[in-house]
Amino acid sequence: MDRHVEDLLRELAPRVLGVLTRRFGDFAAAEDAVQEALLAAFAQWPADGVPDNPRGWLIQVAHRRLVEQIRGEQARRRREDLVARQEPVDRLAAPAADAGPATDRDDTLVLLFLCCHPALSAASAIALTLRAVGGLTTAEIARAFMVPEATMAQRISRAKQRIKTSGVPFRQPDTEDRGRRLGAVLHVLYLIFNEGHTRSAGPQLRQVELSAEAIRLTRALHTLLPDDSEVTGLLALMLLTEARSPARTGPAGELISLADQDRGRWDAAAIAEGVALVTHALPRGPVGQYQVQAAIAALHDEAPTADATDWPQILALYEVLERITDSPVVALNRAVAGAMVNGPAAGLDALAVLADDSRLAGHHRLFAARAHLLEMAGDRSAAAEAYRAAAGRTASLPERHYLLLRAARLGHGAPVPE
Amino acid sequence: MLLMQFSAATADFPEIGTWRPEEIQAHIAFMGDTNAKLAAAGELVDGQGLAGVDQVRIVRAGTDGAPVVTEGPFPETKEFLAGYWIIDCDSPERAIEIAGQISAAPGPGGRPLNMPIEVRPVMSAPPVEV
Repeated sequence: MDRHVEDLLRELAPRVLGVLTRRFGDFAAAEDAVQEALLAAFAQWPADGVPDNPRGWLIQVAHRRLVEQIRGEQARRRREDLVARQEPVDRLAAPAADAGPATDRDDTLVLLFLCCHPALSAASAIALTLRAVGGLTTAEIARAFMVPEATMAQRISRAKQRIKTSGVPFRQPDTEDRGRRLGAVLHVLYLIFNEGHTRSAGPQLRQVELSAEAIRLTRALHTLLPDDSEVTGLLALMLLTEARSPARTGPAGELISLADQDRGRWDAAAIAEGVALVTHALPRGPVGQYQVQAAIAALHDEAPTADATDWPQILALYEVLERITDSPVVALNRAVAGAMVNGPAAGLDALAVLADDSRLAGHHRLFAARAHLLEMAGDRSAAAEAYRAAAGRTASLPERHYLLLRAARLGHGAPVPE
Repeated sequence: MLLMQFSAATADFPEIGTWRPEEIQAHIAFMGDTNAKLAAAGELVDGQGLAGVDQVRIVRAGTDGAPVVTEGPFPETKEFLAGYWIIDCDSPERAIEIAGQISAAPGPGGRPLNMPIEVRPVMSAPPVEV
């Protein structure tokens, strides 16, 4: 597949979908028609060349499909409903006070709000966002999540049905609703990124790089909302995390911890961009969880060696993050950062307090953090036991191998890499 | 379907938590390499390593139809499924050949583990017109 054609199509997909949705007032039907137009373009453009007006071409083809779909529709009620709504929706509904003239680019944002609506489950929102905004096919999304295509098709069509029945209008959310809705969008993009980041060690070769896709979508969102500090923070966090991925796995596919990674293999350009973004966003505020996480990632990425990591600063940032999020995992990371600053005993005390949190009870991360601090304290056998306990509780195969390896290194008196 | 399923009684090798680091690494590399080869041959449908025995739950419908959950495998068998592969290959002989290769994954001292691998047909053949 011609890379240039693919990029162009995927950039145009949400803009064409916005036009059709406004024209027909039926997001679910428009989304299907746009998918078909994209597939037609995928088939024709690489051979015949890109048309002079690619956006117009796609709108025309999708429009035709949609009209055929409506004509062929057996359910009369739905047909009447659609004909009644031929009037563009944005003329029926009063535009929000802050809405300027609708443009393609804003449509991408409206679509993101729609696909990441809080009424949808995370799995549905992710699938719908990748297809409607990302322009990926159902088959590609199914492969990326390693589920059968029929399962993914059902997930997407149920999500569209849900949007239809909940009557979410195709327009920018109201000002008061906007913050919450943007939070939902950022959360979905973050989940897509994480899915790609943590699955990279799987046995299958993935056709779609989900982390790259999440970065692409977040970059588009950042272009639309350049002054939103949390959007900037999320983009920075993704870039700073992705920058380390070439060094995350060893020759046997085993995970390598941050401290042991070959920092020469990190992506310097991505780090520079991520650092610049978070440096720009933080003083402008309001400060949110993504900026703080990005700032922590930046401190790790900027340290020339693991020993040179600015742990006091990281600890201070985790304290800020803890006040923002109330996440037990953040508290766990704060305990580990505290150990790096004040010694392992202090960290182990903090973990002992956390062990009573029902959200963490029996969680493999608690055992892994304890193992790590016991190892720091020089208690090799207790550390090995805690690593093995963590290995028995994780649901990730690469992580289990990593934890077993740490335990084995301790148990066999092998030197532990610093 | 190939099932990597064994218990203390049927496995004559020590538990992976007791191996040396380089032995664990060789084992991981072997499994990764095996999956890559099966994928390249167009035979791999799916394969997963499964979580440890501590996380096994047994579910039965209770008298009111609600699920009743008991923990773990039964203590008298301690048999557990460590992982599985679903492969799509030309013949039962080929499935046995693959199972034999997987069985010989390296363990302590680099020696083959000769793990018992159960081979079971998956009932996914299309129905014959009757």
